[in-house]
Amino acid sequence: MTIPQVIFVVIAAVVLVSAVRVVASRNIVHAALWLILSLFGVAALFAVLEAGFMAVVQVVIYVGAIATLIIFAIMLTRREMREGGLQTHRWWPLPALLAMALFAGLAWLLGSLPGTGATPPALAGDDSVLLLGQALLSPEHYVLPFEVASVLLLAALVGAIVIAGDSRK
Amino acid sequence: MVNLGDFFYTLGMWLQGLLMRAGLSESAARGVFSALVAALLPLLALLTAVPLIWLERKWIARLQDRMGPNRVGPFGLFQVFADMIKIFTKEDITPLGADRIVFALAPVLAVAGVVGLWAVIPFAANAFGVDLNVGVLYLVAVGTLSTLAIMLAGWSANNKYALLGAYRTVAQMISYEVPLVLSLLVPVLLSGSLGLNGIVAAQREVWFVFSAPLAALLFLISSQAEVSRAPFDLLEAESEIVAGFNIEYSGMKFGFFFVGEFLHSFTMGLLGATLFLGGWTGPGVDAYPALGAVYLILKGTFVYFIFVWARATFPRIRIDQMLDFNWKLLTPLGLFLIPLLAVVNRGLSESSLWLRNAALLGANVFLAALVLIILGTRGRSARMRAASAAGPAASRR
Amino acid sequence: MVPLSWYLIVAAALFCLGLYGVLARRNSVAILMGIELMLNAVNLNLVAFWRYLEPARMSGQVFAVMVFAVAAAEAAVGLALIISLYRLRRTVVADEADLLRG
Repeated sequence: MTIPQVIFVVIAAVVLVSAVRVVASRNIVHAALWLILSLFGVAALFAVLEAGFMAVVQVVIYVGAIATLIIFAIMLTRREMREGGLQTHRWWPLPALLAMALFAGLAWLLGSLPGTGATPPALAGDDSVLLLGQALLSPEHYVLPFEVASVLLLAALVGAIVIAGDSRK
Repeated sequence: MVNLGDFFYTLGMWLQGLLMRAGLSESAARGVFSALVAALLPLLALLTAVPLIWLERKWIARLQDRMGPNRVGPFGLFQVFADMIKIFTKEDITPLGADRIVFALAPVLAVAGVVGLWAVIPFAANAFGVDLNVGVLYLVAVGTLSTLAIMLAGWSANNKYALLGAYRTVAQMISYEVPLVLSLLVPVLLSGSLGLNGIVAAQREVWFVFSAPLAALLFLISSQAEVSRAPFDLLEAESEIVAGFNIEYSGMKFGFFFVGEFLHSFTMGLLGATLFLGGWTGPGVDAYPALGAVYLILKGTFVYFIFVWARATFPRIRIDQMLDFNWKLLTPLGLFLIPLLAVVNRGLSESSLWLRNAALLGANVFLAALVLIILGTRGRSARMRAASAAGPAASRR
Repeated sequence: MVPLSWYLIVAAALFCLGLYGVLARRNSVAILMGIELMLNAVNLNLVAFWRYLEPARMSGQVFAVMVFAVAAAEAAVGLALIISLYRLRRTVVADEADLLRG
């Protein structure tokens, strides 16, 4: 195993073990913390894939915003400081079986796809952030989805404030 | 031939040569050298905290017309060591029912969120941790670690008041991240690079504080609010009755939060110096690049002095005033500043350097004047409304 | 070097774990965490394909950026709904929000 492969295996192990702890943890705040570790692991994978901008944006958006929001929501919706009780349904073996079957099918399919064993082509020397910015904002590329995404975020912002706002006022 | 003018680069090359002669390949030598720098930078950051705390206490004392520490050692220089010994020897209590792992993790994350910032700051032309092409975004990303640490600290202490304090502190921090990021965008805009090395290199002729003083002001204010430093420290100040999220922490864990806060403030000073005051540029850096580190430290200490000055001068701001100030003044200001500067910068991109910077400065002054006029008219109308509400007799006086 | 299939398998595993989280957990916030895991798996897939098949075009990264935006919007609104539900019914267990059940 070459060094890049070892690094990949270590980071992937962190991601997957944390994800297992997210869905299997009895204490929901611990689940949120494992989620944060998993998100950091995915950011590290982005960095290994030489998408540095994606890695940093992943940390800013997922860990900095979404994970913080999740922790806030957990703490605002608890009846007591300690957590107990059943966290999964009684029939949890069924989704587990479904997930494992799905994973087995996907893994077999992905492993047998042609062209997925190759080494990556060399990256151009250009600054990928510049190229990404140009792709997001130039009219012949993706400026329309970009603007629509901005409107979506605005709608979500207004909607979240209205829904979660204090209705007693 | 040793070029002592480029001290850091020479040192690095010599170390790598040493490692290669010991039998490592070139990439392995570079890897070991990177690991060495990664271990050294946090050490450097934490060691900076020692003279920094003394400096701050002396400055605040003089601004408050008193002497400051002067008993322990000459001029009180060993006061910091005395404080360190005191904190080391305090009992480390974990409250009953607290989540032990998270309780121990939170202070570590708080310091990590500060020390991680030092990885991208360029100390000289060839002395930096790593030259990320997304350095500015990396700063924001590492800043979120501090927010997380405070949330975890407040929750894991099993104390309602710590949790409430943590909610309010995190609300303040994430609110002030918005104008902070907006002000960080201005040097990116003016230099065309998200990497800190590119931003410093673009300030060779004119510093960005002269091109966009309003953005520098925005950065100064929001970075101090981000760090919860006076005048924004209502939630964890010493004279407040309940000390906020770190109420259950004692001993070295509290020491971590304390050091982390001081260091964060100084790191924001270094960042302000890098982004707006030209970083390591200055007279003579082309011939002796190592001089850049001296310039950066001096500029960073100057910005830090402004922070200490603000701390000693202004009264504390209430939390609702703080959030009003953020969402109703700073964020709209940032949002108007960026398109204005973008248009001016682009429109005059063909002209000479001095014309473009003068136009940018003019745009800043125009926007600042506009804000002051709006605030003035609103203030006057509020005063007149209050006077007329108090009764016709009062308003006639 | 690392073959593309390794990245895809990790993404598939993450997706399946998220799916299990959505289907098997009772707490609504835990369900949302499962959804975030699935979105991360999708992003990982997109960026891996971008890097290995066509790094010259930025479409892969643009797609991933759109997924970021959608994930953020959905997390915000979802958590707002959960908080609002908690205020009304004092519970976040998804099974107990069954007023409309026939």
